[in-house]
Amino acid sequence: MMYSIPKIPIGKTIEVMIDFFVSHFSIVTKVISHLAGAGIDLMITAMLFPPPWLFILILTGITYAIARKKGLALFCFIGFSLILNLGLWNATINTLALVFISTLTTIAIGLPLGIFAALNNTANRIIMPVLDFMQTMPAFVYLIPAIPFFGLGKVAAIFSTLIFAMPPSIRLTALGIRQVPVELVEAADAFGSNKWQKLFKLQIPMASPTIMAGVNQTIMLALSMVVIAAMIGAKGLGGEVWKAIQRLQPGRGFEAGLSIVILAIVLDRIMQSLGKTKQ
Amino acid sequence: MLEKGIPKDKILEKTGLSIGVNNASFDVVEGEILVIMGLSGSGKSTLVRCLNRLINPTSGKILVDGVDVAKLSEGELRLFRQNKFGMVFQNFALFPHRTVIQNTEYGLEIKGVDKLIRQKKAMEVLEQVGLNGWADYYPRQLSGGMQQRVGLARALALDPDILLMDEAFSALDPLIRKDMQDELIELQSRLGKTIVFISHDLDEALKLGDRIVLMKDGAIVQIGPPDEILSNPATRYVEKFVEDVDMSKVLTADTVKRKTDDFGTLGHDGPKSLLRKMDKAGISYIFIVTKNQAFVGMVTDEDAAEAVKKGETSIESIIRRDIKTVNPNSPATELLTIMKDLPHPLAVVTEQGRFTGVIIRGTLLSALSHGDNG
Repeated sequence: MMYSIPKIPIGKTIEVMIDFFVSHFSIVTKVISHLAGAGIDLMITAMLFPPPWLFILILTGITYAIARKKGLALFCFIGFSLILNLGLWNATINTLALVFISTLTTIAIGLPLGIFAALNNTANRIIMPVLDFMQTMPAFVYLIPAIPFFGLGKVAAIFSTLIFAMPPSIRLTALGIRQVPVELVEAADAFGSNKWQKLFKLQIPMASPTIMAGVNQTIMLALSMVVIAAMIGAKGLGGEVWKAIQRLQPGRGFEAGLSIVILAIVLDRIMQSLGKTKQ
Repeated sequence: MLEKGIPKDKILEKTGLSIGVNNASFDVVEGEILVIMGLSGSGKSTLVRCLNRLINPTSGKILVDGVDVAKLSEGELRLFRQNKFGMVFQNFALFPHRTVIQNTEYGLEIKGVDKLIRQKKAMEVLEQVGLNGWADYYPRQLSGGMQQRVGLARALALDPDILLMDEAFSALDPLIRKDMQDELIELQSRLGKTIVFISHDLDEALKLGDRIVLMKDGAIVQIGPPDEILSNPATRYVEKFVEDVDMSKVLTADTVKRKTDDFGTLGHDGPKSLLRKMDKAGISYIFIVTKNQAFVGMVTDEDAAEAVKKGETSIESIIRRDIKTVNPNSPATELLTIMKDLPHPLAVVTEQGRFTGVIIRGTLLSALSHGDNG
């Protein structure tokens, strides 16, 4: 009996849909890809312009300015010096730039969506299941359709990173805003605040620690995705790991992995202290 | 459904909706403290939120200065809230990410008042509530009583006509609560705001309220001045509510006094007419007032008869001016000791010197004993 039921053509349908979108819109997405790609390359070039030691000092200075922790600043200095020493400087800057851009884009899209989901129940009911879907679908799957739209390279990597890293920033923004005590919202209302005043003077400031936690998670996810996205030509540290896998060089793979860990720790600690000072 | 007369619990069963407040009509007089009182769940907080439409009433009118608040558009409502209502909340509802002064100036900030002006105003109000020097602290650094002062300052900063205070002092411990009540009364006498105060505490209601609205199950049971509610409870519910109150603490000279027409007027009544009045009323003492009702003194029947015998027409010489009088606010319990050795009734005279009535020992005793019985 089971064999008489034909296979439901989910995969086929998706492929047809993607083909349709690719044949109609890929001109647009390719243009975007070229422009964005040029922008990213420019940014990477700019970041590589100062001598590495100067860049490391600047990075250490920024870390100390934000986190106000001498230990972390020292860790930042030693860690990046080690990366430089390992000869992974260019790859690290590459990865850092991609993480930076993906995170900014994620925040730019995710925060408003999160706010919208918090304030509008219908939006919430639609957005949350979509987020569940986005988060549970294996990250590799996003890589495949990114290629026909954006071509191999950094923009496709950023695109799939966006999808993968967006959910926590939306979710935690919505959570943070919903957690603002009803009493306070009532008080803001009682004094005649309009929706925007309520949002900017009460809800966002009150939610900011939670929002920052979401941004932190987004950065960590972006970092892990940027590494995976090396498979579609993102280069960077992920590319180094990828090369090491293909050439079976465990030592080289470990060095690249260690650099990723250093990058992750510094970014995470900076974001955490940013969340705390906001409180 | 309610209009069709279906009872509350049936509506809850059928629709899952509960009736918060039903058919509650009352007036608030300008410049008075109106206390809305009831047990928790009686709908008093819902009722006060209907006034500024934090909760939208499904039907009915809310008239403030002739404007129906229930009909305002969203924008108009915001302006109305900014200008007419100040609200103080039970758990303070201060914004934790703002300092005391930033909390205080919140309403002005929303109105778009210039920063310097609103800070000046906020400082003034903070001083009024006794918080100068605390402007740059955060609410969590303050004690409960001080936090609620900030809440009060935030409401006052807008200079609203109406203060809505939702169980404003209920979260404070008793001593501080008493202080805050005293200060509110004092503030009210200075600023003359109209205050709608929600409370579940009868003692608080009696102390603060010029009038009290008693609620039960979302409906109003009785409206009246404190002593009326105590001495004349409208229903068994009110009666039960007020049972515990020590009547003698609440009864004052004003409430136990008797109004009387039997007094003499200086420059109008002679000894003879005084005698006739006393004879008619069956009393041996008569109080004398001026034409403006200002209290002068007392004349006894013996003195009046003497004067008539002598053929005097003026009562000037026979008035006893050094007699004991009481203020309308004196508690009834004190009156007993004052009256113990007094052969004549006690005159009630206001601070302005106006004669308002007499206290007779019999009525005083019966009022006090009535209180004991609940």
